[in-house]
Amino acid sequence: MNDAAVSVQNLGFKYPGQSAPSINNLNLDVAEGERFGLFGPNGAGKTTLMNCMTGLLNYQQGSIKLFGNEVKKNRKKINKFFGFVPQDFSFYQELSPIENLAFFGAWSGMNNQEIKNKSAEILEILGLTDVCNKQVQKFSGGMKRRVNLAIGVIHSPRILFLDEPTVGVDVHTRQAIISYLKDVNKKGTTLIYTSHQLSEAEELCDRIALMDGGKIIVHGSLNQLLSDHREAGLEGLFIHLTGTMYRDA
Amino acid sequence: MYKLWATIIKDLQILTRDKVGLIFMFAMPIILAIVITATQNSTFELVNKNKVPLLLCNKDNGDAGKQLVIAIEKVGLFTVKKVTGEQTEKQLSDRMHEKDALVAIIIPQNFSSVLNAKAKATATKALNNFGLQQDSVEISEDSLQPISLLFHPVLQQTFRQSIQGALRSALQMVQSKLILKSIYFSLNEEALPDSLENEIIDNQVAINEISISRDGSNTLPNATQHNIPAWTIFAMFFVVISLGSSVVREKLNGSFVRIKTLPTNYLIALLSKQITYLLVTLLQAAIIFAIGIWLFPSLGLPRLNLPDDLPGLFIVSFMCGWCAVSFAICVGVFAQTQEQANGIGAVSIVLLSAIGGLLVPSFAMPESFQHIIKLSPLHWCLQAYYGLFLERGALRDVLLNILPLFGITIFMQLIALYGLKNKNLI
Repeated sequence: MNDAAVSVQNLGFKYPGQSAPSINNLNLDVAEGERFGLFGPNGAGKTTLMNCMTGLLNYQQGSIKLFGNEVKKNRKKINKFFGFVPQDFSFYQELSPIENLAFFGAWSGMNNQEIKNKSAEILEILGLTDVCNKQVQKFSGGMKRRVNLAIGVIHSPRILFLDEPTVGVDVHTRQAIISYLKDVNKKGTTLIYTSHQLSEAEELCDRIALMDGGKIIVHGSLNQLLSDHREAGLEGLFIHLTGTMYRDA
Repeated sequence: MYKLWATIIKDLQILTRDKVGLIFMFAMPIILAIVITATQNSTFELVNKNKVPLLLCNKDNGDAGKQLVIAIEKVGLFTVKKVTGEQTEKQLSDRMHEKDALVAIIIPQNFSSVLNAKAKATATKALNNFGLQQDSVEISEDSLQPISLLFHPVLQQTFRQSIQGALRSALQMVQSKLILKSIYFSLNEEALPDSLENEIIDNQVAINEISISRDGSNTLPNATQHNIPAWTIFAMFFVVISLGSSVVREKLNGSFVRIKTLPTNYLIALLSKQITYLLVTLLQAAIIFAIGIWLFPSLGLPRLNLPDDLPGLFIVSFMCGWCAVSFAICVGVFAQTQEQANGIGAVSIVLLSAIGGLLVPSFAMPESFQHIIKLSPLHWCLQAYYGLFLERGALRDVLLNILPLFGITIFMQLIALYGLKNKNLI
């Protein structure tokens, strides 16, 4: 492991009009090249934390640094070296994958030739070459997820934030996405990942953090956490630490 | 620069795939321009070429009644169908309901005798004033029954007023003739010779219709010259349906979230939308003008005559288009949903058109509206176009219309920027 890719110190965030903070005094470090998973029940604050780290939400307290750059103060600079794959489909449904990549690639600062080369490579790996000129709105959910991912990595970011990138996809697409993310990570990209799929923690993550109530309850490697809490699997650990109550009522 | 170019390409790709938006922007204004021009042209021809069918029931047996019938025929506005004097008002109404005629005139029974008596009384008064003593003629004021004018309800007020004016003119001619004859007879004790009667009556002063124009061409404007500029402006502002929705869709569909995490300012996207849709508005103007020039004549409609100052026409079109695009972006920035953008956009354009004089001439609006008119950007667009198309002016002649339009455009740009900033979108 190298220097911290992401460093979160005493982070506090409260949505306007809400009495309780959504994130409360949160501390977290993710090393460069790491595959880090954020897990937790609905409403735990995973997406809010990710939105703060990507600059989409302005946090009121504490500090978030990406490679030493404070997110709040260096928005333009940090936008150049991270990629984001939001939970919702964040592209133009009227356009084809290649057209979406051309636009988002240009907005990421790439030139025409770079975009062409990288698009061809990503579409091939994600199995979208045959449909690269068809409008995305006609795609299945799994294909749209892959397009969503392709746009996030078009500019070869140093950090890749992924907010539930495998939600609602079949097992084949999930495996393809996980496999691709491992490849991306091997090339040096730090992955910060949220999911409800606990099995993905075992498949993908070097280290995980379990969030609840806007705080990180535990964090560490999966084996270490299971050993510390004497649980056989992540699901048991999850229930043990967060309880069995519904969280989205 | 490459970012802007890529964004323009993206906007053009989305635009060309928005079939409904394209119909609103191109097909609908073209259809409106053709239909409204054809309708107005038909009304013009109805008054000037085709004649209004009229039932004429003369219950009078005297000369004055006959002369009135001849005078009405000479007006040239009507196709006169004479009916017998026995026909009742009810029978005439029934025929009109069957669309046999749109207008009917009933000349009352004692029309000639009472009109003659009135003419004699007027002549006597006139001669007495000259110092020539004549025996006075006494007539009762209510002895002359009015001429009945029956209208079909489909006739609009302005058209009814034209018919009333024509009838009054015919009646005036008959009355003048009788008074003249009476005076002549009193002075000369013989009837007015036909030749003199015709010479006096027919020797009317001609009315020369001249349209004022800046280039001195005095060409009479037609329905095409009036309608093409108006519907071109309407078409330009209707980009609000496509552009307003596009801005809202971008805000809602998640692409905006990703855009905000990229190292490019959203102002590039706004600039791209302005350039793309400005091109659309100029294309709209070019297509509608081309239709006016080449298609209208083949449809039997008057041909559109472009202004002599073509660079001026381009600049005016550019300013109108830019204002329309700015308005659409404003609507898109503040609307929460696509439905809101479409609803607010469409209704506001119709309202601004009405206020701006596209639907009703602004000079015909009440005094209290005269200040409100100036708030509509469509008013300034229309005035600038009319300055070129109708008054045959040049750019310098419409600068006073362009300047307020420029001011409104800048104001809307600032409002849109404020909205984006306020919503934390830029």
